[in-house]
Amino acid sequence: MRYAYFPGCSLERNAAAYDVSFRLVADALGIELVELDDWNCCGATEYFSLDLLPAYALVARNLALVAPDLDQVIAPCSACYYNMLKTDKSMAEHADLAAAVNEALAAGKMHYEPGRVRSRHALDVIVEDFSLEEIAAHVRKPLHGLRLAPYYGCVTVRPAGHDNPEYPERMDRLLEALGAEVVDYPVKADCCGGHMTQISADTAYEMIRYLLHNAARAGADALVTACPMCQLNLDAYQGQVNAHFGTSFHIPVPYFTQMMGLAFGMEPEQLGFGQEIVSAGPLLEKWRNPPPEEEPSAAKPRRDKQALPMPEPLSPIRITP
Amino acid sequence: MSEEKKSFLDEVTAIPGGERLRTCIQCGTCGGSCPSGPDMDYTPREIFAMIMAGMREQVLKSNTFWFCVSCYFCTVRCPQNIPITDIMYRLKRMAIQAGYFEASITDFSETFVGQVETYGRSFELGLATGHYLRHHPLQSVRMSPLMLGMISRGRMAFTPQRIRGARQLRAILRRAKELGGAW
Repeated sequence: MRYAYFPGCSLERNAAAYDVSFRLVADALGIELVELDDWNCCGATEYFSLDLLPAYALVARNLALVAPDLDQVIAPCSACYYNMLKTDKSMAEHADLAAAVNEALAAGKMHYEPGRVRSRHALDVIVEDFSLEEIAAHVRKPLHGLRLAPYYGCVTVRPAGHDNPEYPERMDRLLEALGAEVVDYPVKADCCGGHMTQISADTAYEMIRYLLHNAARAGADALVTACPMCQLNLDAYQGQVNAHFGTSFHIPVPYFTQMMGLAFGMEPEQLGFGQEIVSAGPLLEKWRNPPPEEEPSAAKPRRDKQALPMPEPLSPIRITP
Repeated sequence: MSEEKKSFLDEVTAIPGGERLRTCIQCGTCGGSCPSGPDMDYTPREIFAMIMAGMREQVLKSNTFWFCVSCYFCTVRCPQNIPITDIMYRLKRMAIQAGYFEASITDFSETFVGQVETYGRSFELGLATGHYLRHHPLQSVRMSPLMLGMISRGRMAFTPQRIRGARQLRAILRRAKELGGAW
């Protein structure tokens, strides 16, 4: 299977762990990635806030770079994925927009025919193009004993994802196939705050706290992400959030591809572990030495496993160290 | 329609799919779904009523769209399929054009876009330091442990990545800006 590959700016540096782990996992699954030659930034959410046509033209240049013999491009970053999807769709639906974008591209001797390239998120490719059985067949060191909170964030599933936009479950099933225990995490598709850390930090910190609080309450060993923006906010800003609210969260935030790599028997160092701000040490220790399986408790569980998910109210803070 | 007869509503809806805004039934699902709604001067529902009422200045001077985090909850929940997030982007652009904004709000976007236009890729260290030093010099001290953590783990580059086609990209963007008036 050959796909065009658009890593995006985050994966070059800040989210290099995502890039290296995705490439390794893709290789193990037999996916051949053909990186776009001389790709440019997708504009994230910033360009669309300033100037619409250049924002579309910026993304269209990348779409035009997809080799003629390929018709799908994979982006692991949710913003890159959605910007490409949105540009292709808007151009396909609005001929005047497509004409204007192509007139701009012509200034660089390029052209993009709307509908030619299908943009796909890395998570979607893995769960759609492979069955859970195929993925499980690659597992060498299952994630037994790890309690993981799957965190999808926004644009991985909204507005154009293929999963439920309110309560997605694809990563849940994937992590289960790797042997992990998936905790009840009803805020799994809530927002991490995006670029709000730069514009209104208080707004962002509250959103991040909410996500960490629910993960801690569920007893998660890690919050597993599929987006570099979510990872940055939850990982790099966890210390700021703790300082701001007087909390003491310590929840590592690996990418789902890093967890796949661990389960496939790869070494943590290969997969970019060590680049996280909140150390994944305790998580990896638990992966190396899984706790013995607990005997089923005779006590009646507080809540039926099949019950509807219950989100935690925002306040008061009830986390104890 | 001639330029002077264009209503505020006409201007706001002049984006792909924007016409759907005219079908708003004021149900409030958008505001109820918004994670940053509590920080907004007016909820998205209120903003839409104000747009219909032609309250240009009050709308464009409000902070509502600057607090939009692009989470798309409102967009997927809107019973009228209004592309609400895209309308928030539209309002940001209109507010910038009208000159109704505090520099620090848009500067992050402008710094980001300026780098992309120069190098072809975003440059996080330059973005973070430039933005903080200019607008939040005191906060930049508070943020320095974060920066050091990112740098020590190799997650921030000291130099921007320049693409080979930077000149070609600039030509494309320049042409797009010339064409882009109507959007």
